[in-house]
Amino acid sequence: MLTILFDGVAYGMLLFVLACGLSVTLGLMNFINLAHGAFAMAGGYCTVILVNRIGVPFALGLPIAFVATAALGGLFERTLYVHVYRRSHLDQVLFTIGLVFMSVAAVDYVMGSSQQFVLIPQALQGQFIVFGVGMSKYRLLIILICGLLTVALQLIIAKTRFGSRLRAAVDDQRVARGLGINVGAVFAVTFAFGSGLAGLGGALGAEILGLDPTFPLKYLIYFLIVVTVGGTTSITGPFLASILLGIADVAGKYYVPKLGAFVIYTIMIVVLIWRPQGLFARTTAR
Amino acid sequence: MVPIAADVSAYLARRARWSPLEIAFWIFAFATIWLFPSKHLILTETAILALFAVSLDLILGYAGIISLGQAAFFGLAGYFSGLVAKYGIINEPVIALVFSGLVAAALGFVTSFLVLRGSDLTRLMVTLGVALMLGELANRFSNITGGADGLQGVAIAPVLGLFRFDLFGHTGYVYCLIVLFVSFVIARRIVYSPFGLSLRSLKGNPLRAAAIGIPVDRRLVAIYTVAAGFAGLAGALLTQTTAFCSLDVLSFERSADLLLVLIIGGTGYLYGGLIGAVIYKFLQDWIASLTPQYWQFWIGFVLVAIVLVGRERIEEWGRVTRAFIMRLGARMFARPTAAPDRP
Repeated sequence: MLTILFDGVAYGMLLFVLACGLSVTLGLMNFINLAHGAFAMAGGYCTVILVNRIGVPFALGLPIAFVATAALGGLFERTLYVHVYRRSHLDQVLFTIGLVFMSVAAVDYVMGSSQQFVLIPQALQGQFIVFGVGMSKYRLLIILICGLLTVALQLIIAKTRFGSRLRAAVDDQRVARGLGINVGAVFAVTFAFGSGLAGLGGALGAEILGLDPTFPLKYLIYFLIVVTVGGTTSITGPFLASILLGIADVAGKYYVPKLGAFVIYTIMIVVLIWRPQGLFARTTAR
Repeated sequence: MVPIAADVSAYLARRARWSPLEIAFWIFAFATIWLFPSKHLILTETAILALFAVSLDLILGYAGIISLGQAAFFGLAGYFSGLVAKYGIINEPVIALVFSGLVAAALGFVTSFLVLRGSDLTRLMVTLGVALMLGELANRFSNITGGADGLQGVAIAPVLGLFRFDLFGHTGYVYCLIVLFVSFVIARRIVYSPFGLSLRSLKGNPLRAAAIGIPVDRRLVAIYTVAAGFAGLAGALLTQTTAFCSLDVLSFERSADLLLVLIIGGTGYLYGGLIGAVIYKFLQDWIASLTPQYWQFWIGFVLVAIVLVGRERIEEWGRVTRAFIMRLGARMFARPTAAPDRP
């Protein structure tokens, strides 16, 4: 029971790191980025190449994956995405689905279609036994890293000048622009950072989620659930939603394996009917 | 108020008239039966895709609902028609087809209430979620659906008890083409009716449409149900012509490809789905012969390119070409212009 809870929390934390960039881009520019998973996949493959082929230590591979994916995200944002912000939602959906298809085929071409594994250092394998509950060391590390990241994100958004600009831009873009905030630059930085986080999540999660070329499609629905259930106005909403989703998914797969992912889809639809703006969204009149 | 009503009905009647170009299009479509007998298998797929795309055009092009889950109805009806044929519940394909359409429409009716709520993103999620749920169910209940191996042992009886499905797909193609044509005529009738006009108005501005007395929600439910039925017909046709049904009828890729088909052809004039299906199948065939494994990359590339160039611009080119062909057609089929029928 507690092991399920523990695994669920680890899984949820991972989903949060993967999806929080998406929730910010959606809230900030009202932009539906279905290609978010592609950046996570990029981070995962980056780590696989670095750690398995070149022999970079795992601890160094993770930050490199973050930086590389962030750079990639920034590049795409400035060259491609920037043209699509003002388009209709349909155009955004088409554009990002196109990117997903391209990334899936390109990774298949370069890396092959088989599942990839990151070589995890010996020290992180195995379990701790605490009060009779087995806790895998790797999952503990994930919870630790993701927990620290969450706190750091919350501090950045709540305390720094950049954070207040970001919040202002999310709340009302036009007024923020009128106050002299360069919303475009704020968005570019946020997009790159969010992509980097996704890349880090992909690198960390390669072991648990599995990494193959269809990754962006397989986990697309999970990211979208986190965002729609959690709402896009804060960072706590998606966080709680990810933890819930992680526990529900692990518990669902454990107790009713017959239904599999059916459990979380049902939860999502029920939540969307009950609270279309998200479970934890502030009800503001816009 | 009578003169306005008369004006409106005259306007509608004028718009709904079959143009020579449309007639030529359908004559050519039926001529392909004799023109390309060796290509009937791929033409069958094209006709099914075209019908599927028309169903999406009804909700996207006319009601403005973005859906990523049209495959739900396609797949449900596909499995339904496969199961009734396998267990001999309804043997005659045409009756099975109609029932499959009705089953899909029933699902459309039930899920339409979910689609009414919320923004584009919520709609996207709900439609996608419904399709994924069905996919997961079909995967889990493999004792009924065959799971990942697909539904096997489906034997389709001859159409109307007369025409047996043959190996080369001749019967299948004629059957699909006729179903496509009949469905198209019905869809055309729907969108040129006052009902269709009210759909257009609520796509343009739901608030104003409601203000002039159009029951927005009820119209959306109605068109979503009808479109689901059409998607169901397409799904049932696929199962009947291939005598097989696998999990990929419910996949996300099917819904996403469908969007591409419709975007290539253009939304909101029904022929977009048909033209898009022809171009898409042609492209897919061509790219797959170049790079069998990685054709998805180029499909994605086309999507990205379309958006970056701008759909409006492409539709503008399409309009110019269409106007040109129309003028050409009008000159060829020159007929005396009807005098204005005012007393």
